[in-house]
Amino acid sequence: MSILDLAFQNIVSPMVLFFALGVAAALIRSDLSVPEAAAKLLALYLMLAIGFKGGAEVAKSGVDAAMALTIGAGILLSFSIPVIGYALLRLTTRLSGVDAAAVAGHYGSISIVTFVAATEALKSLGLAYEGYLIAVAAVMETPAIIAALLLARRGAPAEAGGESTSALLREVATNGSVVVLVGSFLIGWATGAEGMAMIAPFIVDPFRGILCLFLLDMGLVAGRGLRQGGRSLSPALIGFGIYFPLLSAALTGLMALGLGLSVGGTALLITLAASASYIAVPAAMRLALPEANPAIYLTLSLGVTFPFNLTLGIPLYAALAQRIAG
Amino acid sequence: MEMHPKKRIDIVLEAPVLKRLTDLLDRLDVTGYTVLPVLGGKGHHGVWSREGLPSSAGAMVSVTVIAAEENLDAVLEPVFALVKRHIGIVTVSDVAVLRSDRF
Repeated sequence: MSILDLAFQNIVSPMVLFFALGVAAALIRSDLSVPEAAAKLLALYLMLAIGFKGGAEVAKSGVDAAMALTIGAGILLSFSIPVIGYALLRLTTRLSGVDAAAVAGHYGSISIVTFVAATEALKSLGLAYEGYLIAVAAVMETPAIIAALLLARRGAPAEAGGESTSALLREVATNGSVVVLVGSFLIGWATGAEGMAMIAPFIVDPFRGILCLFLLDMGLVAGRGLRQGGRSLSPALIGFGIYFPLLSAALTGLMALGLGLSVGGTALLITLAASASYIAVPAAMRLALPEANPAIYLTLSLGVTFPFNLTLGIPLYAALAQRIAG
Repeated sequence: MEMHPKKRIDIVLEAPVLKRLTDLLDRLDVTGYTVLPVLGGKGHHGVWSREGLPSSAGAMVSVTVIAAEENLDAVLEPVFALVKRHIGIVTVSDVAVLRSDRF
């Protein structure tokens, strides 16, 4: 299948169309909304389901050296991507040191929903992937936050303040999304195929529908963010939200050459590196770097990079993975 | 009915910082506090709403503390030191309570 076919098939999937519906509803100022508690529950469901599936997959395939190697690569990527992003932001935009560090941290960390959408795209292409990529996703959440904090302290020590790193690390490590993702992964691993058979009607069958509902909500939040926070984004910054994921994808593609992952696994690792967080990292940044403007990093991550990855990025990453590991 | 004058401290604060604030209040000499969700509003950064947010970033909460007047500075100073770098509003007002020994 050509990249264009892949992109078209992805764009007309119900998931992407529901996201587009959400954006459109926000832009025409519809009163359509999802209550905050429901949005949190939907996110929790998606993380529980994807974590459990990954764990059950590892129970079936077993642990090998490639798993440890890929987890190591994930940590390295999460830590190094913000450093590159920070340097590019300082060179190409007028962002302050603290704002640049906060934005860079979002891009080093991951978006689990982009990952989930990529697994669905791979499924429709008939591509399997290694279950332990879920564990890789979980370990990639945090190093980027530490990198952002270090970059902010280096770039603007006065603004970055005297945040206690150990207190922040404790808060980040016990972050609800990390706990549910890792916990579900371990439960899936421990209970394996039997556990999967028991709860499949809850975590497999309704999965796509619930993903659609969540993406509708993300579209609403992204559209609202663009309407209200769009003014905070300069053309150079919007450009960063699109070219930087591609740069991270290329870097990860090179790294993946030595990891021995399947095509699906390579596509997911690339997607993880190219995605930007909009759940865990914004909350951590409010604690660690309160001087950074949330309208910039939230709007860029959720309003620019997430839609780009969802529509064009994922097919591109799948095509890149086919070239590398196919 | 006999009423007793007290000070009411209202802190409208961004949600990610809530735990740090309540941990601090637990260590201070206050007898309690009340946490309320805040639906939305408008401030320096424009209109905001907590609807549909999957992350606590972007949401706000309100914390109310009732304190005796002589304790006001002892509560307010560490609270302000914590919240001054964050998005929020701190106000102090005069209130009357029925049961003075509770605060």
